Amino acid sequence: MNADATAMVEESMVQVGDLTVVFDTGRHRVLALNGVSFSIARGESFGLVGESGSGKTTVLRVLAGLNVAWSGSIVLNGKPLEAARDKEAKRAIQMVFQDPYGSLHPKHTVDRILAEPLQIHGLGDIEQRVKETLEQVQLGPEFRFRYPHQLSGGQRQRVAIARALILRPKLLLLDEPTSALDVSIQAEILNLLAALRREFDLTYILVSHDLAVVAQLCHRLAIMRTGEIVELADADDLAHGRLQHPYSRQLLTASKGFDRQAISQFADL
Amino acid sequence: MADKPLLEVDRLNIRFNTPTGIAHVVRDVSFTLGREKLAIVGESGSGKSQTARAILGLTTGHIAAERLAFDGHSLLDLTLAEWREIRGRRITMVMQDPKYSLNPVMRVGDQLMEAAARKIPKAQRRDRAMEMLEAVKIRDPERVFRAWPHELSGGMGQRAMIAMMLVTEPELLIADEPTSALDVTVRLQVLAILDDLVKTRDMGLIFISHDLNLVSTFCDRVLVMYAGRVMEELDAHRLNEAKHPYTKGLLACTPSLDHPVDVLPTLKRDPSWLSA
Repeated sequence: MNADATAMVEESMVQVGDLTVVFDTGRHRVLALNGVSFSIARGESFGLVGESGSGKTTVLRVLAGLNVAWSGSIVLNGKPLEAARDKEAKRAIQMVFQDPYGSLHPKHTVDRILAEPLQIHGLGDIEQRVKETLEQVQLGPEFRFRYPHQLSGGQRQRVAIARALILRPKLLLLDEPTSALDVSIQAEILNLLAALRREFDLTYILVSHDLAVVAQLCHRLAIMRTGEIVELADADDLAHGRLQHPYSRQLLTASKGFDRQAISQFADL
Repeated sequence: MADKPLLEVDRLNIRFNTPTGIAHVVRDVSFTLGREKLAIVGESGSGKSQTARAILGLTTGHIAAERLAFDGHSLLDLTLAEWREIRGRRITMVMQDPKYSLNPVMRVGDQLMEAAARKIPKAQRRDRAMEMLEAVKIRDPERVFRAWPHELSGGMGQRAMIAMMLVTEPELLIADEPTSALDVTVRLQVLAILDDLVKTRDMGLIFISHDLNLVSTFCDRVLVMYAGRVMEELDAHRLNEAKHPYTKGLLACTPSLDHPVDVLPTLKRDPSWLSA
């Protein structure tokens, strides 16, 4: 076990230590993240689960560099992540957002959407890389000059994934990537994400409120509540219902459908 | 169980005129509803919401049906005055997101009393509104009564919406994805409230959802829709015995908590479903 743990640290892609985020509105002081720590191995898919306000999205926003006011430590691929990141560090972490309707520029073609990150980062071979990345997300070349409104929800999410992939990141942050999609489309996107992770040795952090989606895509997960991790578990624990914390257990029960008996037992844990 | 059905829908068709031709979005949908919980499930564009809207006369499309009747009376060709008797009074509707269906510039209590205005004498409206807030298990009804919608959480807002829809004691409640925007534990608590109300007030409930797992545990019957058509009608707890390949396909591609698989099956859509 100890040897495993050491190997894990050596191969870790992300180590987050004592991450704390405070939102101060003047009148209120909200402790959005309160000492969150976890470590994710290279090639691992890690789930963050919790209800609204638990802080799961804040973790992603800090890692993505969208939230600059934080304390604690983040080590990415062996290097501490500074508040001011260089382009290489920015490229290494990319994010896919929840709403494929809101996250693509409506007046840009797929080609322009995919080319923009390459231009920002001063990378060459733009045409070749755009074509290649479209292929990787299983969109045919005919999609290259379409606008977002000409795409279905699932196709848009493929474009959003392609935009994140085109910079060849190491860590992909997935914020509820399938919750706006129909279940048949969700299956296709989850399969695509699993295949891409294997093919490019990517590391994922998936934020979701849907435990079944986490069970499908992730190796391990953290259950969060009010800015803290209440429990860390692996996929096997989740599938066999071996969660310990009362809050995690309640979440698990609630995910199994409507059960009159169980609901009357629910508490504000 | 009442002897005559609360709602009869026979060969309902809804068409929209669009610049590119006629969009036929609901095709020959038939079902009856008693004092029970009926689910309509399907993916986006299946026509489930349009079917519900047609019952309330809220669609902008052209409706044609052999019969569309509520409590034995046809809902086709009602005058506006006749609609006012039914809509919001005897049939009410809860929408998906309380953020958009509550009036943001009116206190929750005032909205509740407004909903009650056409049925309940002025002097009793406040008590009635408070009673409804208690019925949906709001712990501090006084506070919620005085609150603005933005001061409520999603779950609380949705309970307030349901309270508002119940204030006139409707016989039929149509709930269009009423819990999709809520956290899972809150979702089940809101469903438990709906369940109680159907039982104690002898209401009918049409529950529109895309969540097969949820409706199989919550509803009595399930209508599965695809591309405007009813593919299959089943007892909710027998969803696993579904015969239609579309229903089976949907069930198969839903990730499972207990049995994750390496690669999820994907849905192969068969053009023959469209000619059924």
